[in-house]
Amino acid sequence: MNYTFHWLPAFRALPEMLWGALVTLEIAVLSMVLGVLFAVLLAVGASSQYRIFRAAAVSWVELARNTPALFQIYMAYFGLGSLGIHLDSFVALLAGITFNNAGYLAETFRGGLRAVPQTQVRAARSLGMGQIQAFRLVVMPQMFRIVFYPLTNQMVWAILMTSLGVIVGLNNDLTGVTQEYNVRSFRTFEYFALAAVIYYLLAKFVTVSARLMAWRLFRY
Amino acid sequence: MSIEIQDVHKAFGSLEVVKGVTMTVEKGEVVSIIGGSGSGKSTLLMCINGLEPINSGRILVDGTDVHGRGTDLNKLRRKIGIVFQQWNAFPHLTVLENVMLAPRKVLGKSKAEAEAIAVEKLARVGLSEKIKVYPSKLSGGQQQRMAIARALAMSPDYMLFDEVTSALDPQLVGEVLDTMRLLSSEGMTMIVVTHEIAFAREVSNRVAFFHKGRIHEIGPPAQVIGNPREPETIDFLKSVL
Repeated sequence: MNYTFHWLPAFRALPEMLWGALVTLEIAVLSMVLGVLFAVLLAVGASSQYRIFRAAAVSWVELARNTPALFQIYMAYFGLGSLGIHLDSFVALLAGITFNNAGYLAETFRGGLRAVPQTQVRAARSLGMGQIQAFRLVVMPQMFRIVFYPLTNQMVWAILMTSLGVIVGLNNDLTGVTQEYNVRSFRTFEYFALAAVIYYLLAKFVTVSARLMAWRLFRY
Repeated sequence: MSIEIQDVHKAFGSLEVVKGVTMTVEKGEVVSIIGGSGSGKSTLLMCINGLEPINSGRILVDGTDVHGRGTDLNKLRRKIGIVFQQWNAFPHLTVLENVMLAPRKVLGKSKAEAEAIAVEKLARVGLSEKIKVYPSKLSGGQQQRMAIARALAMSPDYMLFDEVTSALDPQLVGEVLDTMRLLSSEGMTMIVVTHEIAFAREVSNRVAFFHKGRIHEIGPPAQVIGNPREPETIDFLKSVL
């Protein structure tokens, strides 16, 4: 091995990479917020009495879970582009990851809902609560605990998926910035190793804070 | 003031489990329902507060048709407390919060009022020491007493008990029966579906023996349990005593 490591240029790039990490986090958070909203719609849609809603929800979930995330993002950018719908890189990446998140989370929510026994609803109704009250006060808090860790996992997954933005030309997220430096200097190992450390710390930050939150929230 | 059950039929699919039951429970009365499993006794209880729809007949609670078209079931259920075989504590709430929830959210009481009610009811079932803990830390008997307190917190006029001791370890049955004894001594109107024949005999004004979806015998405990007339009742009592 006659490669000489040059870490200094990589560390010089650190401030800009950290700004990139902020963009990464921004996309991940947005994709999760939107993902949760769509997932709720999908979970409701999957049990709808109308066939068209059921079919739409099931197709979404199936495609999101059984095709590569890379393709989903690619389709949002180039696929829609060839149909004349031009999204910018940021929006295409966000749409792709949101599509993926929603598909996975819809299943998580459906499972969470099933895991709360019907007898809990019955007990709530027997105390005079309406259907919505029983759901809000008794079912939802229990469901939230069940879906909490899967939700955290998806958040980590979303952060890592943002790196795929590079294939649709995103250049200001962590991978985008890293790649810009890489093509200028070809210090691939150094830049990407540093970026990997930052991704690792971001992901760890999410899991550790989730654990702390769970400890505060779920005392039972 | 009474619960009137008039020729009620109830089927699950093609399986009819309640086949024309008629009985009236007057305010202040304790009526026990005994009978083998699958005799329709628990189902009837679910029909009384509208948790299960009925196929025909009528159930009137203080004159209100439970299954009538315009009946506000949520409102009606405030005066009919029910305790289930599986105690159904809300696991995400402390014992105190379990009991406070419905008074606050259904009756619209303030936090302080609801807490005062809950503390009082929990004291009555002997759980004052446990108000801050989560149900998972309670024994089955304690959870069941909490469920009784939770129902009582709505100040119901009627209490329905659905085999509340059946899922308990034998040594925990006594504490729950004691709580029910206390209630009956205070004049609470109760319908008690139970396998505890001795208990039924002791607290009830009347005992109804259910068999295959019908009441075979109903009357004072001294008669139905002490001196049954119907062969089915005799057989059943022989099998459980």
